[in-house]
Amino acid sequence: MGDHHGPAKGFGRWLFTTNHKDIGTMYLWFSFAMFLLGGVFALVIRAELFQPGLQLVRPEFFNQMTTMHGLAMVFGAVMPAFLGLANWLIPMMVGAPDMALPRMNNWSFWILPFAFALLASTLFMEGGGPNFGWTFYAPLSTTYAPPSVTYFIFAIHIMGASSIMGSINIIATILNMRAPGMTLMKMPLFVWTWLITAYLLIAVMPVLAGCVTMMLMDIHFGTSFFSAAGGGDPILFQHVFWFFGHPEVYIMILPAFGIASAIIPTFARKPLFGYASMVYATASIAFLSFIVWAHHMFTVGMPIAGELFFMYATMLIAVPTGVKVFNWVSTMFRGSMTFETPMLFAIAFVILFSIGGFSGLMLAIAPADFQYHDTYFVVAHFHYVLVPGAIFSIMAAVYYWLPKWCGNMYDERLGKAHFWLSFIGLNVTFFPMHFVGLAGMPRRIPDYALQFADFNQIASMGAFLFGFSQVFFLFIVIKTIRGGAKATDEVWENPEGLEWTIPSPAPYHTFTTPPPIK
Amino acid sequence: MRLITKQLASKLLLVFSRLMMLPVLLMTGGQVLAASDAAVDEAQRWGLNMTEGVTAVSREIYDLHMLIFWICVWIGVVVFGIMFYSMIMHRKSVGAVPAKFHESTAVELAWTIVPAIILVLMAIPATSSLIKIYDTTEADIDIKIVGHQWKWQYEYLGQDVGFFSNLSTSQDEIYGLVPKGEHYLLEVDEPLVIPINKKIRFLITANDVLHAWWVPALAVKRDAIPGYINDAWTIVEEPGTYRGQCAELCGKEHGFMPIVVEAMEEQDYQNWLAGKKQEAEELRAAMSQTFSMDELYARGEKVYQANCVACHGVNGEGGLGPSLVGSGITTGPIDNHINVMVNGVAGNVVMPVFGNQLNNIDLASVITFKRNAWGNNMGDQLQPVDILTFKKNQ
Amino acid sequence: MATDSKSVDGYEPYYVPEQSAFPILATIGLFAFVFGLGTFFNEMQAETSGSGRYISIAGFLILSATLFFWFRQAISENMQGMNSMQLKRSYVWGMGWFIFSEVMFFAAFFGALFYVRNFAGPWLGGEGDKGVHIALLWENFKYTWPMMETPDQVVNGAKAAFVGAGEGNSLYPADAHNGLLHWLPLYNTIILLASSVTVHMAHVGLKNDNRSAFKGWLFITVALGIGFLFLQYMEYHEAYVDLGLTLESGIYGTTFFMLTGFHGFHVFLGMTMLLIMLLRAQKGHFSHEDCFGFEAASWYWHFVDVVWVCLFFFVYII
Ligand code: HEA
Ligand code: HEA
Ligand code: HEC
Ligand code: CUA
Ligand SMILES: [Cu+2]
Repeated sequence: MGDHHGPAKGFGRWLFTTNHKDIGTMYLWFSFAMFLLGGVFALVIRAELFQPGLQLVRPEFFNQMTTMHGLAMVFGAVMPAFLGLANWLIPMMVGAPDMALPRMNNWSFWILPFAFALLASTLFMEGGGPNFGWTFYAPLSTTYAPPSVTYFIFAIHIMGASSIMGSINIIATILNMRAPGMTLMKMPLFVWTWLITAYLLIAVMPVLAGCVTMMLMDIHFGTSFFSAAGGGDPILFQHVFWFFGHPEVYIMILPAFGIASAIIPTFARKPLFGYASMVYATASIAFLSFIVWAHHMFTVGMPIAGELFFMYATMLIAVPTGVKVFNWVSTMFRGSMTFETPMLFAIAFVILFSIGGFSGLMLAIAPADFQYHDTYFVVAHFHYVLVPGAIFSIMAAVYYWLPKWCGNMYDERLGKAHFWLSFIGLNVTFFPMHFVGLAGMPRRIPDYALQFADFNQIASMGAFLFGFSQVFFLFIVIKTIRGGAKATDEVWENPEGLEWTIPSPAPYHTFTTPPPIK
Repeated sequence: MRLITKQLASKLLLVFSRLMMLPVLLMTGGQVLAASDAAVDEAQRWGLNMTEGVTAVSREIYDLHMLIFWICVWIGVVVFGIMFYSMIMHRKSVGAVPAKFHESTAVELAWTIVPAIILVLMAIPATSSLIKIYDTTEADIDIKIVGHQWKWQYEYLGQDVGFFSNLSTSQDEIYGLVPKGEHYLLEVDEPLVIPINKKIRFLITANDVLHAWWVPALAVKRDAIPGYINDAWTIVEEPGTYRGQCAELCGKEHGFMPIVVEAMEEQDYQNWLAGKKQEAEELRAAMSQTFSMDELYARGEKVYQANCVACHGVNGEGGLGPSLVGSGITTGPIDNHINVMVNGVAGNVVMPVFGNQLNNIDLASVITFKRNAWGNNMGDQLQPVDILTFKKNQ
Repeated sequence: MATDSKSVDGYEPYYVPEQSAFPILATIGLFAFVFGLGTFFNEMQAETSGSGRYISIAGFLILSATLFFWFRQAISENMQGMNSMQLKRSYVWGMGWFIFSEVMFFAAFFGALFYVRNFAGPWLGGEGDKGVHIALLWENFKYTWPMMETPDQVVNGAKAAFVGAGEGNSLYPADAHNGLLHWLPLYNTIILLASSVTVHMAHVGLKNDNRSAFKGWLFITVALGIGFLFLQYMEYHEAYVDLGLTLESGIYGTTFFMLTGFHGFHVFLGMTMLLIMLLRAQKGHFSHEDCFGFEAASWYWHFVDVVWVCLFFFVYII
């Protein structure tokens, strides 16, 4: 067995590695790079929207920025970050020596940089990159698309293959690699949420693949899936896309729930309230996520029965999500709290995600959605669930586990400064979007009417503040990796979980023999 | 540089002082309270909230919106309240000792059932509004709306009246060469005109990609889908001008295809309709007329500005479409030129088919204009009849 | 490296391979394959020819070669006894979930067929709430399934881009019960169902250590797979050449060819897998207690079979 081998030397270590920790690290760095890239695209958007009128970019380029921003953030930043965390943590949390299928694990990762290189290169192609939004509705993305759409389609294909392989690996690890005695209901919630997320991924990524395959056929082989003239329907595209797309947004939040459920008990010094109900709530959310997709399509003119069904089903999701929020609050209640950086991010996560959830619930009310749909109100909603939701949870996780990964403690003062800068920047950016949205500003426009000017200006300034604070985050992380106070094995006061029973930094191979489970 | 920073700083100050007033604005829910008249004015200028609109449906939606909003606010106050209470009272630094409890089926049940009941309460008014919105029967007037890249086409069914509605904001305003007007980006050359207190049914479709026809004050938003027809309806109660925008990404100029609805008294509407019919009559008569070069050129320039600049540039220099300066079509055989204009470019979906979007006079003028503008100097010209002949011979 | 399996306390070490170059090579192959394919498609569209096809073929070769050596190594590791029972279970889970992902891929296309036949089609033909005003666009279009004349044709006549095969050219008209072709899907159903049985018989043979039965039944299964593909080829030929039913004939041709085409492609994949298993069997691989490679292929084969039964029902019968 390769128990006592250290990592190989040189770049080959990263290219050929089968070690879950190396692969986790690569996922995380890749994700951060994509976050900055997607962030730069966002800053182009915000800079153009700083004032009414066209200043910096032409409308066709603006649309490419919007599209690439959404794609880079969703597929490049959030999903790989969660996969990185899963790679690092799941084997350590369930007491396994590595991921179930280590070589395939490496393959899943390395596809991603190639897929994104292909995607990003379309920006330099003739006719420009994808300009049809991250939802790429047909026929704008088929008959009316630039030629680079073909590469976009294949990039999505291989990205999907990567996600599916990654998920298969995670499921096999969780179901098959737990140390003896680690029963399902003893698993940390992060593992549970990932198990369910992986299931969602395997269920919907192939549907996305089917969706882009239909596009490919319509573009190059004369089929008529999305053309009424041939008997198809552009709305069919939306049904297929959102059958993927809605579960996708829960893919981006369920692991975040797991992270919050790990961090909050540690700093409240009290066990998580309602562990079992958390598991059931996660499963219910996953189940419901399959039957709500058309809430993105309330204005396409569905028959009223469909409209009502999707409205009711969507509203229902508030119930299990509420259970989670209430459980977190009850965990804090009568705890003994301290507010280190991970906890600050986790608390902000709970509050701001709930606000995003509330606006989600408002969107779910179909008649009201006729006014909200495709306005900045929607943009505000999903940034509230994604930025302080997914992104904050990832940052919380990094602060929480980084000492375990690299053996050094981060600088608490800097961490807190990063938190407050991000917190303020984020709210200044995205809160005003609620107002411009309600006042009637459509999304995906490079220029707007004068009454939206003031709030857009605020939002743009906030965006730059928020963006700047993420460069600061990069600085903090690098500083911590390169030195700093040595972390203890437990790092925090009495945290729960197997990962705290091993030394910091975690040795290259852990649990080559299974640990005892109490 | 200093000036800009100063301006920014004062702007920021202003902005934040306004933000401080937000709670007040929200508390009043946009309702006029004597004391906060000024605040309400502010709210309107800043556009904080959804418009109440001018139809029964739009008001219903507004009320629904406020209802859910307040429910969410109250849930938030309770949940975050408890959370902040623990964060303040149960800190380690004030000596809090952690309790041991970690589950309770009763509590879990309670907070499953109570939100579910709240949801049911929300769903009831939502359902009834939705049913109303979907009742498109028994309309007084049918208007077919077609979305094109990037303009709207209106057709009054059974009236023989129809026209295109284009953005009328100039490129100079957009690029900041001249000051922006009051209705920047929300103004069109020909608004949709409807009578008040009549049930108008909109039959909405599209010609190329998806668009969405949206006027907030009417609370009508419906996607325009090529090959399918969506219907929606409205009864406007107050005369006025109501503005909206395309609400579905439809390509490059998605941000530049506004909607303007002019609602007027029945009598004014009838007059307008009669005027339109007369115009159509005159146009038909003009089809057989002969125009002078200057007339054609002037008219053609207008047509060009309205329909072509988006892709071919203000001076024909090109953009999304090729340059028209000295191109093989604009300076080649005139029949090819007519063909491009009437039938589009084979195998290219970007260049629209203008054959039935522009009338023969406009087609003749714009072709004449292009062949003589920007140094193309072909010197030739077309009359509407030439186009007619061309179309007949196809 | 891994030595013996069972250690004292009943725990087997999990085999974690050392560094491997396979994944990155496979990535490069996959990337070149899709990049080349994309380029090739765009060249086709622009009616030019360039390097696309060559890049694509090169990528495909790199990918296939890598996978070949990768599998060969995995097999040899197994034969050297490095794999614990636990690792074998990981492979089982892996294959199971992979098949589930394939099910969902087909679900997208079945979903499209369902939507078109129950919603979009009838609406275009003027039925339902959304059909009330549709005559403004597609006057005179009547919805039938199979859709032999597209809305495009009804309105645009000779200028239509989507040209249906035309009445009487239906591959399987509801009322025609003569001719070989009509029965072809049924024959194919029988073939595939039979092949599911034969692959099972091969499994039984292996379990009983009857290697000649194993190999014999496996051979028959592969042969049946080839037979299926041959009949499908005849069907496509008939459709394209004689009936003018193509991918471009509107939604009927679209759904028909996409569903049966992807299925046929999966039959081809499954058959290739079984063929490899046959070759491995020839080399003496597999025993009655360790034959997951073969089992995985046979599961895949059963999956392909189930998809066909659904196809037969939804595409050909109703
Ligand atoms: C992480 C991602 C994420 C998450 C978690 C959610 C969560 C939810 N979303 Fe969101 N959504 C997106 C990402 C996400 N969304 C994105 C990206 C889009 C736009 C896509 C695009 O068009 O580009 C979108 C768009 C979107 C729409 C379409 C809007 C439109 O285009 O018109 C709708 C409509 O129903 C919706 C609803 C909801 C609902 C009901 C939830 C619920 O899950 C929220 C549940 C949570 C709560 C309600 C808060 C906590 C609960 C309590 C405290 C309990 C008590 C509460 C009550 C009883 C009210 N979302
Ligand atoms: C997880 C997902 C995610 C995240 C994190 C974000 C983050 C941000 N988004 Fe998001 N956004 C989406 C997902 C996300 N977005 C999606 C799905 C859409 C819909 C797309 C569509 O319509 O199709 C969207 C659309 C969208 C719009 C609407 C565009 C439109 O409709 O035209 C806007 C506008 O303001 C916006 C802004 C921002 C901003 C300011 C951030 C900020 O949080 C970004 C923070 C900035 C940085 C992190 C940059 C830091 C870098 C530097 C300062 C430079 C340093 C450089 C180097 C070191 C190289 N986004
Ligand atoms: C949506 C964008 C768009 C609009 C609006 C548009 N065009 Fe075009 N046009 C194009 C594109 C793209 C082409 C190139 C087609 C090709 O050659 O494949 C084109 C080609 C042409 C050509 C042929 C040029 C050549 O030399 O090949 C002419 C002439 C022309 N357009 C005139 C017009 C006129 C006149 C109008 C307005 C009444 C107009 N176009 C509006 C996009 C547009
Ligand atoms: Cu038309 Cu957007
Ligand atoms: Cu959704």
